[in-house]
This record gives sequence, structure tokens and C-alpha cells, in this order.
Amino acid sequence: MKDGLQIDQLTAGYPGRPVLQGVDLTGVPPGTLVAVVGPNAVGKSTLLKAVAGLRPAQGRVWLEGTDLATLAPRERLRRVGYLPQALPQSTSLVAYETWQSALRASRSEWSTAQREAAIESVVATLGLQALALRRLDELSGGQRQMVGLAQVIVRAPRLLLLDEPTSALDLRWQLQVLQAVRALVLQQGAIGLVAVHDLNLALRFCQHVLVLGGGSVLAAGAPATVLTPVLLQRAYGVLARVERCSEGHLLVLADAALPQ
Amino acid sequence: MSAVPDSATALAPTSPPSPTPPPAGPLAQRYRHFVRRRLLLLAALLAVLCASVVADIALGPSTFAFADVLRGLFTPGALSQAQQVILWEVRLPYAVMAVLVGASLGLAGAEMQTALNNPLASPFTLGVSAAAAVGASAAVVSGFTLLTWGENLAVPLCAFVGAACATALIQLLAWRQGATVDTVVLFGIALLFSFEALLWLLQFIADSNALQQIVFWTMGSLGRATWTKIGIVGTVLLLCLLWSARQAWALTALRAGEDQARSFGIAVERLRLVTLLRVSLLAATALSFVGTIGFVGLVGPHIARMLLGEDHRYYLPGSALAGALMLSLASILSKALVPGVVLPIGIITALVGVPLFMTLVLRQRRVA
Repeated sequence: MKDGLQIDQLTAGYPGRPVLQGVDLTGVPPGTLVAVVGPNAVGKSTLLKAVAGLRPAQGRVWLEGTDLATLAPRERLRRVGYLPQALPQSTSLVAYETWQSALRASRSEWSTAQREAAIESVVATLGLQALALRRLDELSGGQRQMVGLAQVIVRAPRLLLLDEPTSALDLRWQLQVLQAVRALVLQQGAIGLVAVHDLNLALRFCQHVLVLGGGSVLAAGAPATVLTPVLLQRAYGVLARVERCSEGHLLVLADAALPQ
Repeated sequence: MSAVPDSATALAPTSPPSPTPPPAGPLAQRYRHFVRRRLLLLAALLAVLCASVVADIALGPSTFAFADVLRGLFTPGALSQAQQVILWEVRLPYAVMAVLVGASLGLAGAEMQTALNNPLASPFTLGVSAAAAVGASAAVVSGFTLLTWGENLAVPLCAFVGAACATALIQLLAWRQGATVDTVVLFGIALLFSFEALLWLLQFIADSNALQQIVFWTMGSLGRATWTKIGIVGTVLLLCLLWSARQAWALTALRAGEDQARSFGIAVERLRLVTLLRVSLLAATALSFVGTIGFVGLVGPHIARMLLGEDHRYYLPGSALAGALMLSLASILSKALVPGVVLPIGIITALVGVPLFMTLVLRQRRVA
């Protein structure tokens, strides 16, 4: 594949405990936001870390025609922005300094003015002006998550790997963050892989969904066609409906958990 | 496809910066103002330190007019021979050594706390001081002498080897795959107890003369300061300061989270090893010449963090200045508490350091 993202037979995990085996992802053009979904401990985080090059893996990951494994680790991390599940630490750094240090570490060739312009732009995009000069240890978990997200976006990576970026956010910020990420991905022709638990967010904001189960891919494709009651039962062990609301959005409604 | 309208046009874009940079935005200007405040604080710390050093030089068992001290500093010939010796061979080395050792311990503590992500980490709490004491005691008990530059450097050399061994052991564990930061800190605490037991063993087998020397060494004293030793400590401090300044950005990124730093392409394990290597050089050199001095490496970084935050461009020099100021003030106290007597400085840092540390911890709790 020349453009976009393609994953071929990715296998990753821990010594003596493989988590993912032979994961494939094809047909992801530039400007796509991909939801990575599946039950707990299925390997969503492992997949993102393996693609980022932060965990040893076999298989190939192609981004815009380049096999990421052929790149030096530092060059790979310049093209890929990874937001870990863990929140940024509670420290006496102010938010602006975390963005500045991220750029200094990964975009050392940019001038000070270029770095300042990039920060200014991201802060405006995510609406973080009020947090910029506040210490991380004064912020709530959700606010620190926003700071972490800005740390990734400010580097303008070609592939965004976001591990549960909305886990600590309230309803309004969940919508605002995914809306902003989707807009950025579309505008820059980048690709986003977002691990989420909320299937309704996946239905609403992502053009592609990758459903993991049992260490491999259960289904992949457009959310509206992939997320069916049958698949939800197979993946999560729940009785669920997928219905269209009065606004025309598809919604997943879980009715009951099936016995193990 | 999503029913949400594409909001790319409604939101400010995050495009890669253009080759012709725009003028600094309002946020950048606010941040610059914020940085200026920090630089002023650093300058204020430096000014207080200079005042403290002058006071330290002016104070001592022999009477010395303050004006004579100032005159003697700039025109040594204006003083009598005895006064010149007191000023240039006793008081000045004493005061300068306090600054250099304090700065070394402050910097070492700050780097150790960042590398191990633990506010309780310091050369003292993780056994490096105790290991230096074991090395020094071994030299005293064995009667080993090493005459270099007209001085017996056997005790400092063995103390350095002891401290370096302790940090090498901590580094070895940090380097081993799977050793978490918490494990390294616990290992350091275990080392502290082991080296203390070794110290007791050496004290047990030492004769009365050696025992007296060991006990005096473990109390810490600036009385061992000479210009040769000052040259060595100063050179190591300067090199380590410059070295750490090159890694200030990476260390700052590490404070936002290990996973985040790794994702920026920072080799976290290597950074941690290099930082601990610097800590071992700083702590071992400083402690080997003055003996056990506790709490400066622990409290200095806490003061700097409260005043300057944790951007390591300001935090590292701030910790060095705070450490230097603490030891300089302790040096004044060691001469002022009992008239005519200079108390071992290690006693002062522990006596003053503990309540100071407790006050800081309680204040932070109240703020939180």
C-alpha cells in the first residue's frame, strides 16, 4: 500500500505470553480515524505499543509506503505519536513545559518560534489556554489527560496512537477531544488509531473499526457494518442492540451480560 | 460514516510550523513572563548565597573585624601574616568548600529524585553516604596512606571507592531488565542498612585512635578543606553541571511520565543510567573530602522544586544553589552556636535538616 496504514501479521506480547497473534489491518487511507475495540486485556494497548515500536513485535507495519521496522527507533517515533493509557505524572511542571519538552526531545530541528507557534495552535485547537501555565499536580485527571493529548498532537505525527484518550474525561470533553482529533486527522491526511471502550464514540467519530478478540482480529471495517448484535455477543458476551436514534446516529444498547 | 460534521475548518489547525516563524503569540509571551520570574528567583538565591558566604568568612573563633575580612579578600597584603593565614588557609577554604559540597549534594539529590522518580531519593537515604563512610573507615583501620600533592588522600580515595561501589550496585540493578524504579529505591534502602552494619563492624575492630577518627569522619567536617580538594570538587561539579544542562530537556520530559518520554524517542533506561553515573561522581567526590553530610541532597531539591518548579533548566541549578545555601548557613551555625567551638557540620545539617524537611512535607500536604 502506498498511502495510509497497513498492518501485516503483527504478533506481540510478553516473554512466554503472546497477547496478539497475526493481526492484520488493511484498507486504511489517509485521513482515517480507526477505533480499536474489544474486551479488557484483549491486547488493545499492546497493539498500539507494538505499532509505536515501544514493544518488540513480529510482522510488518507500513505507514505511507514505509515499513516502520526499517526506520531507526528515533525516526519511527518522530512519525508516530503515542499517548499512553497512564496519565501524565503529577509533577510541579506546568503544562506548557511538558509540551515544550516534548518538542525539544522529538523536534529538535524546529526553531523556538516554530515550537511556540505549534504549541499556540494546539492549545487553541483543544481549548487549553486556561491550563497552560498551571502545574500538573494542581490539575484533575481529565485535565492531565488533555495535557497528555496535546503533548502528542503538538509534534504533528503522521500516525496518532491514542490509548483510551477519553477514559478520564467528562461527556463534553469526550466529544470535544474526539471531534478535534478527527478534524486534525482529516485535515492533515494523517491516521489515528484510538483504543476506546465506548462503542458509541467509535460509531460516531471513527470511519473504521478494528475489533480484537482472543488475540486476533474478530472483524474490521466501517463501524456501521461491523458492530452488529452478533459480533457484540461474540466479542463481549453481551446481548445488545444497534439502533438508530431520532437524530439518525447508530447507538449500541447493551441489554444483558450472558453467563460466562 | 459518522453523522458529526467535519469540524476541521472550525478548529484551529495543527499544521507543521511554517519556515518563516510568526511573532510570539500571547501564550508564548505569558510563558516568557513566567520564566523571567523564575530567573529572578534564581538570581535572588544566588544573592542570598553570596551574603551567606561573606558572613561565613567573617565568623570564626578568632576575632576578625568585618571590614578587615572584606579588605583581606581583595588586597591580601593589607592584613597581618596571621590574619592572611586565617583568612586564606582556614576561613575561605571552609566557606568555599561548604558551597561546593552543598551544590554537589543538591544537584546529585535533584538528579537522583528525577532518575528514580522518588522525592525521597538522595545520596544519604540510598546508602551512598554510608558506603563512603565504610570506605573511609577501611582506610583508617588499615592504616593505608597515599601521599599526593603533599596530602594524604588515602581516606578520600577509599571513601570515593565506597560511594562509587554503592552507586554502581544501584546502577547495576537499574540496568537489569525488569528492575522497576521502586525496586531500585528499596534496594538503595537495603544497601544503607548493609553499609551501616559494615561500618559498625569496622568500628568494633578499630583501635581507640582509629575509632576516634572514624567517628569524627562520620560527623562530617569542612575542616578538612584545602585548595587542592576544592579544585577537585569544583571541577567535578562544573563538569557535571554542564553535562546535566545538556540533558535538561530529556530530564524534564521524564518528569511528565516515563511512557510519554519513551514515546518522544528518549532512551529512558540510558538516560537513567547516565544520570545515576553523574550522581555517583558528584556525591562520591563531595562526601569523600568532608565526611557524612545528610539531608542537603534531600531537602535542597525540595526547596528548589517549591520555588522554581521542575523544568530542569531552572530546577537543577536551583537545587545546586539551594544545597549550597543550606550548607553555607549550616557552616555559619556550626561556628555561631557554641562560641569558640566549631561543631562538625554533619551534626548541624541533621539537626536543622530534619525539622526543615518535616516542615516542607507538612506544608506540601496542606497545599495538596
